[in-house]
Amino acid sequence: MPSITRTFTTTVRRGRPDGHFNETFEVPARESQTVLDVVSWIQQNIDPTLSYRFSCRVGMCGSCAMMVNGMPRWTCRTQVKKVLRNDRLEVAPLRNLPVIKDLAVDMDPFFEKWIEAEGFHHPSRSREDPIEPVSPENPGRVVADAGIECINCSVCYAACDTVTGNRDFLGPAALQRAWTLLNDVRDAARPSILEAVSRSGGCHNCHSIASCTASCPIGLDPMAAIAGLKRETALSCFRKSG
Amino acid sequence: MKLRPRHHSLWLAYILHRLSGLALALFLPVHFCVLALALHDAARLDGFLRFAAHPAVKLAEFGLVFLLAVHAFGGLRLIALEWLPWPGPQKTLAAAAVSMALLVAGSFLLQAH
Repeated sequence: MPSITRTFTTTVRRGRPDGHFNETFEVPARESQTVLDVVSWIQQNIDPTLSYRFSCRVGMCGSCAMMVNGMPRWTCRTQVKKVLRNDRLEVAPLRNLPVIKDLAVDMDPFFEKWIEAEGFHHPSRSREDPIEPVSPENPGRVVADAGIECINCSVCYAACDTVTGNRDFLGPAALQRAWTLLNDVRDAARPSILEAVSRSGGCHNCHSIASCTASCPIGLDPMAAIAGLKRETALSCFRKSG
Repeated sequence: MKLRPRHHSLWLAYILHRLSGLALALFLPVHFCVLALALHDAARLDGFLRFAAHPAVKLAEFGLVFLLAVHAFGGLRLIALEWLPWPGPQKTLAAAAVSMALLVAGSFLLQAH
């Protein structure tokens, strides 16, 4: 085991919905250390009651997002040396979501909004029908492919000032999901999706601040997806009246 | 904890667009009140125009022209973002909107006398 030559200070925001406090820990610095490693080290070596959420540890499951030095990040892929400021690290629960305990937030509002945005597949065929071939070059498929790698980590939702100001706003992830389905030739609910995303709290509430795009850990562009929804909902309105 | 999701250029473009819009909304009623003087109090209007010729007022007008131009160019960027099926290099476009606004306001200041 390598000898510990250096430590850094980590402040963790802890508590339950009725109140929180900051607790400071001295954590040994390691090579290639991630923020999730730091939280796990505290939980395993200092305070086993520290609550947080993680699963895959390789940036696929989207479970471990937290606020790190004020920025929402996927902690399993965030290297400490890249975010450490003045040898200090501040870790807090994700913004815009209710806290359950310590660093674990209640993700229900986030996923409920996916349902509100019709962000689930609406089959156009049954299992008895043959599989519909979809060309990767199909223009709709190309647009949908640009957004389907979302890992539901809620980093964009935590970064969004519009969500902070308007709790009914569906948020970047749910709207991007709706956009991918709108462009999926296999989805049979185009009118329902357009109606869902054009209600109050839908795509037209977005102010195009782009914090979602700036913070997405896998480089997706939810702002462009929301712009696409704004365009399609407006055009569908003209088509109806025409 | 300082909130850092706002540390990016498009957030600054958003704030600039909102603040310039607010400042213009406050300016417009004053502007129309001054224009109305031409109809019912020409002497007061002449007095105001003499005041407006002061260099410090010209500098303030440079600010107003910048706000108007940055709001117009920033608005064009948002319209393009939402109506063209192409996201474009938004940071570059936002920077271009500020540059164009400075160019317009600077040209105004250079020819003001």
